[in-house]
Amino acid sequence: MEVPILKQGAVLIATFQAALSDADLNQLRMGLVQQVVKFRSRAVIVDVTAMDVMDSFASRTLREIALMIRLRGAETVIVGIHPEVAFAMVQLGLTLEGVATALDLEEGLAYLNEKFKTTN
Amino acid sequence: MAKRDSMPTSIETKRNEEPSELLRELVAHLRQNRTQLREEWVVRITETRLLTAMTKEEIFAEATSVYDSYVEALETEAFEALQAYARNLSERIIPRGVETHEVVGIVLLLRDVLARSLFAKYQNDFKKLNRILDAYEPAANRIANTVAVGFVQERERVIRQQQEAIRELSTPVLQVRERLLILPIIGVIDPQRARQLTEQLLRGIRTNRAKVVVIDITGVAAMDVTVANHLVQTVEASRLLGATVIVTGLSPEIAQTLVTIGVDLGKMNTVGDLQGGIEQAERLLGYKVETLAEPR
Repeated sequence: MEVPILKQGAVLIATFQAALSDADLNQLRMGLVQQVVKFRSRAVIVDVTAMDVMDSFASRTLREIALMIRLRGAETVIVGIHPEVAFAMVQLGLTLEGVATALDLEEGLAYLNEKFKTTN
Repeated sequence: MAKRDSMPTSIETKRNEEPSELLRELVAHLRQNRTQLREEWVVRITETRLLTAMTKEEIFAEATSVYDSYVEALETEAFEALQAYARNLSERIIPRGVETHEVVGIVLLLRDVLARSLFAKYQNDFKKLNRILDAYEPAANRIANTVAVGFVQERERVIRQQQEAIRELSTPVLQVRERLLILPIIGVIDPQRARQLTEQLLRGIRTNRAKVVVIDITGVAAMDVTVANHLVQTVEASRLLGATVIVTGLSPEIAQTLVTIGVDLGKMNTVGDLQGGIEQAERLLGYKVETLAEPR
């Protein structure tokens, strides 16, 4: 299952649908990293609201996406992590260190707008 | 006595053809000597200084009903009734501060008193005594077991209930400003409570769309490695939901403990007291608090 990547102004938005296979995650990673430069995007939002389980591979992939996007000159915000998922993640030591997070898509966009304002 | 058939495990059935007959004789003996045996039992209870929390009259009243239930359980082997009685008894005496060893002690005393009276009665007929004891002892053991287990279960139930009540009382997540939550923690944090606190906080962050959370631990007396790590986990989980956590009210003792045991609180945002924490939270949220007039 392919994850659609939406372009919203200077931001790319990828929304995770339910459970993704490892191959899907790899594909998403490549897609985002390619498109962020192609569209000259300033930031990427990954929305994981639909994920009620986050395994170590998904968590690691999210972190890798964030780091790769940074190397490509943009920023990543992970939004929509469920409370239960967040709790399970920290217990497994998956804390997405160094990656920005926000409650939901709206918050993520607000956070980026704030950031764009100050850096302009 | 038809129930006998459904209990094939007891040893006495192997050694003895008619244990129910013997039990009936036994019960008749215990009924006959009820007053005297009960009296003797109560004396033994007072002698061994059990049930000190209760008055003599109370002990006598309880002893009477325990004695009757005991004999009844021997006769009918209906342990459910005895179990219910034991639970009921425990419910009454637990608030009086009666300990487990006392309950077990008095039941064993009764077993002892009754066994002695059997020795006295059948001392001339050794074979009969043996058979009577074969019938009596397994049943008596089961009764002691039932009463003790009933008591412990009742106690555990009370403890669970109290823990539940404390837990419900002690985890408020309060919103003090738009997008600012306070979580005051008071008392002892065990792993279970820490988990519950975290879950409640994360849910609170989501429903209130909080950006900043102030966790105040002024009321926490001590903190060990496990709890400190829980605190770190809470902070990290909150961040995954996009909220910043400020921890306030770390006492000097706790600060020293944490430094000594080397818990990494470096990722944590700490402020001395709750007021400072709220002020910093307001700054993060872009609030500016101004006094309109000098307080009178």
